[in-house]
Amino acid sequence: MPLTQRDIDREVAELREAYEASRAAGAPAVHHPARDYAPYRSSALRHPHRPLVPVEPDPETVELHGPVFGPTDVTDIDHDLTRQHTGEPLGERITVSGRLLDRAGRPVRGQLIELWQANASGRYAHLRDQHPAPLDPNFTGVGRTLTGDDGSYSFTTVKPGAYPWRNHENAWRPAHIHFSLFGTAFTQRLVTQMYFPGDPLFAHDPILQSVTDERARQALVAAYDHELSRSEWSLGYRWDIVLDGPSATWIEEGRP
Amino acid sequence: MTAPENTRDQAAADGQGPHGSEPLQPTPSHTVGPFYGYALPFPGGGDVAPANAADTVTVHGYVRDGSGAPVPDALIELWQADADGGLAGAPGSMRRDPVDGGHLGRNGVDFTGFARVPTDADGHWTARTVKPGARPGHPPYISVCVFARGLLHHLFTRVYFPEDTRAHTDDPLLASLDAERRETLLATAEGATGSYRFDIRLQGEKETVFLDFHR
Repeated sequence: MPLTQRDIDREVAELREAYEASRAAGAPAVHHPARDYAPYRSSALRHPHRPLVPVEPDPETVELHGPVFGPTDVTDIDHDLTRQHTGEPLGERITVSGRLLDRAGRPVRGQLIELWQANASGRYAHLRDQHPAPLDPNFTGVGRTLTGDDGSYSFTTVKPGAYPWRNHENAWRPAHIHFSLFGTAFTQRLVTQMYFPGDPLFAHDPILQSVTDERARQALVAAYDHELSRSEWSLGYRWDIVLDGPSATWIEEGRP
Repeated sequence: MTAPENTRDQAAADGQGPHGSEPLQPTPSHTVGPFYGYALPFPGGGDVAPANAADTVTVHGYVRDGSGAPVPDALIELWQADADGGLAGAPGSMRRDPVDGGHLGRNGVDFTGFARVPTDADGHWTARTVKPGARPGHPPYISVCVFARGLLHHLFTRVYFPEDTRAHTDDPLLASLDAERRETLLATAEGATGSYRFDIRLQGEKETVFLDFHR
């Protein structure tokens, strides 16, 4: 019997109910997905069985510092994924803008943000992606930028398409953009995915649902912001990103 | 699901920190997925040692899953102090060519402290670096961040060097582990001078010790 969407939906619901029961019993909110999340089948052999070992950091702990990037690491058009080829990519032109913050609400300045995504048809410019949707010769789907002094960033791209995958029968990923983020401390490192509001595939996607906390899950969905749309040019989305980190990083001044 | 318009996002949008109240909710992690390969890796990503650095070391190993199979779609990032123990790092790990938008490689002089290496089809990765410095009495180590398809939240571990036995005795992390677990954080010196093997086992037998800084 192939694994069906109904099977996955049942597993997702059971794990969510268990989480909500734990919350009702007073357990703290869990923001990140469990590494052992059975509905996402690829996690089965790729999560540790042993608990993580806590480290008490001090100011010279290597992980409380982190890699730095600068103007040599990005080109002027890396933030505009529609200008990286001789022609225009197909699809709905969008901007994604927001701010990169730490948990104290302070901007993360001058740090590298990288993103990658499928094209408007739902296909990646990657040899292993053999989904029979067309590649776009005018779209690679990779962008980079450095955050501004207020932690702000902005990318211009096209809205990615949904695409099928092989977690179970008739499995589809909602449209999403992959983001890679650095803070001032290596412990703040984050790789995640941004979604678009109102996608009907949310309920069926075990990767998004691996974030069992409703409020945390919503933080992965960008907001459509008409103020960010540009007349006769592009639709605007806003997505702010908050980096996790040990409490020690909340009280140290960020690197200028 | 509705668009996020809760207090947290509004505070973030307004640039207001919690000012002694609850910290902002962190954005959740997600897997790096299978298709990061044309986006995140860059040429020379594992060549951290400057061109004329003395005493370069090679650190390499395999990433394996709970069945012992190689993980060919993992991404390893390293962050470390320079040879003198400095933790400032430097820009330029992924220097770009403004002419054609390609990669120029590092400038050959600066030590950025950062490596990024995807595993190959055998689940193998290699970095060429310098051995980090450390405070007197403290063992040097390289911080490792592991990403992979199937891994919903990255994992941190550390490469310690086998010759620093005296400093290891006093290290609070290593001292807190039993011998079998401690061994997973120690690279193995190989025949060639300056070559170290460090395998990462995500699950099961000889599972690597992964670290939690989020306390």
